[in-house]
Amino acid sequence: MTRFVLIKLGRALITIFLCITICFFVLRLTGDPVDMMFSDEVPETVKAEFRERLGLNRPLPEQYAKFVLSIFSGNFGTSLLDGKDALLVVAERIPATLLLGGAVFILALMIGVPAGVIAAVHRGRGTDRLVMGGAVFGYAMPNFFLGILLILFFSMQLRLLPSSGYGSFAHLVLPAITLGTAMAGKLARFVRTSVLEVLGNPYVQAARGMLLPSRRVLFRHVFPNAAIPVITFLGFELGLLIGGAVVTESVFGWPGVGRLLTLSVARRDLAVVQVIIFLIAGTMILANLLVDVAYGWLDPRIRYGGDAR
Amino acid sequence: MTMSVTRIAAARRRMPLTILLACGFLVVLLVVTLGADWIAPYGYAEQDLLARMRPPLLFGGDWDHVLGTDNLGRDILSRLIYGARVSILIAVCGTLLGALFGTALGFTAAHFRGWTEEVLMMLVDLQAAIPNLILALAVLAFLGNNLVVFIVLVGLDGWERYARLARGLVLTAKESGYVQSMMMAGASAPRIYLGQILPNVAGALVVQLTLNFPGTIILETALSFLGLGVQPPLTSLGQMLGQGRAYLLNAWWISVFPGLAVFATTMSVCLIGDWLRDRLDASVR
Repeated sequence: MTRFVLIKLGRALITIFLCITICFFVLRLTGDPVDMMFSDEVPETVKAEFRERLGLNRPLPEQYAKFVLSIFSGNFGTSLLDGKDALLVVAERIPATLLLGGAVFILALMIGVPAGVIAAVHRGRGTDRLVMGGAVFGYAMPNFFLGILLILFFSMQLRLLPSSGYGSFAHLVLPAITLGTAMAGKLARFVRTSVLEVLGNPYVQAARGMLLPSRRVLFRHVFPNAAIPVITFLGFELGLLIGGAVVTESVFGWPGVGRLLTLSVARRDLAVVQVIIFLIAGTMILANLLVDVAYGWLDPRIRYGGDAR
Repeated sequence: MTMSVTRIAAARRRMPLTILLACGFLVVLLVVTLGADWIAPYGYAEQDLLARMRPPLLFGGDWDHVLGTDNLGRDILSRLIYGARVSILIAVCGTLLGALFGTALGFTAAHFRGWTEEVLMMLVDLQAAIPNLILALAVLAFLGNNLVVFIVLVGLDGWERYARLARGLVLTAKESGYVQSMMMAGASAPRIYLGQILPNVAGALVVQLTLNFPGTIILETALSFLGLGVQPPLTSLGQMLGQGRAYLLNAWWISVFPGLAVFATTMSVCLIGDWLRDRLDASVR
């Protein structure tokens, strides 16, 4: 088990390192950030001064080495906009993102899990088709469009809820519904598949054959087994949630990490963009690692089987 | 092959109404976008400042502008047609690009195994770790806007899924009798991979392509919506939606019609993809 965890941990570390490297090259090699920061009228001497200060006039390998070192010492650079520590700039936005993310998770779980279970139990019948139709709707609906429709209806027509902002429960409702619908749709499909898979297993058939009440079979035998892949799914969604929130946060003016990313990209604020990418990639890699380890712990076949993919 | 042809024919006979509607919509969309120059009543950049923010036909407008006009007096219907052409072109090019790239890498990994496979699969994991929208946002902002770069970025969406799928399929195929016997008969690697394995795994890959396509359209429209994709004067559905946001209060039609168009397209492709998967291939989930 220790060996298994170490291998997975090593893999995660290498992935993080690769991520940092790719980030560095993509962001640095695709243009001179100083040229992009200023208009053409700014004199060349001022630009040179800025390059000097930011260390952009150094050879690339040196910049890279410096970059990696500073990252591992927790120094992500300063925001080009106001000179504040980029890490702090991002950290300020995390509570809003977590609040929205938490609400979305709860909403998706409350809708997606029961819907998926009901669809699986009533496989092929009207209920199943209805739920799956709803799930496709949630999946196919672009969240920026759903957001705009919700604003049109609830904010402009009914004047019930604010169309943008942050601070009260009312502000949370529309963005949470926008993101929650899509996730609930995906989750329902996933839950349905896993429950159907478990239902096909011999032990469930045996329990059914023993004429155990169907409710007891569901709660005792089906749910615990179907829950494992669902938890994996939720783990993967964690990082994607921050990514998916970019558009929704922009639509609703929600002051989270996603909106900060859009703003920083528009301002070409390198340091902040980097911190956000590391944050998201780190969350995803950590989630992957936890899921892998949990799987190895739950299922010895994976631990010793070599290929865990 | 004859086997799968008869299966497709049998499936077509049992095509449900929703799938027929979805196919019908896509055919209409294709015809309209291909024939945009003949069908669109106005040019997509043609302004008529005297006819700004005209409402659609059933909401107080007239036949001159069936779906109304935007803040510069441009005809929404015409812009919708041209915008859909750009969006679909980008999504189709992008999807094919991603599928080719991913499949090629999947085949490479399955052929060489060992270190090559480890490295490629690590790249796959890495790509899966960073949401594509984030990556695209970062690259686009720093590369500047360029249609080719944009198509490549949109195309890279989901390549890792094709790579994973293709690798798995090829590994399974290599164990099967027909490939083993060809290997023993001394057939060359390209002949086995392209002539035998590819036709056999193509079905699953096409299903994956159909399942991926809606995501690709949404990625394109989302980026254009944020103002980082297709740039004016060229127009796309997402860009129209993003521009219409400022006028939601007085002119909802500017953003609602392109949104509906995107939704109808993704929904149709989703339904067809799900149906194809259920009918033709049970191994892809």
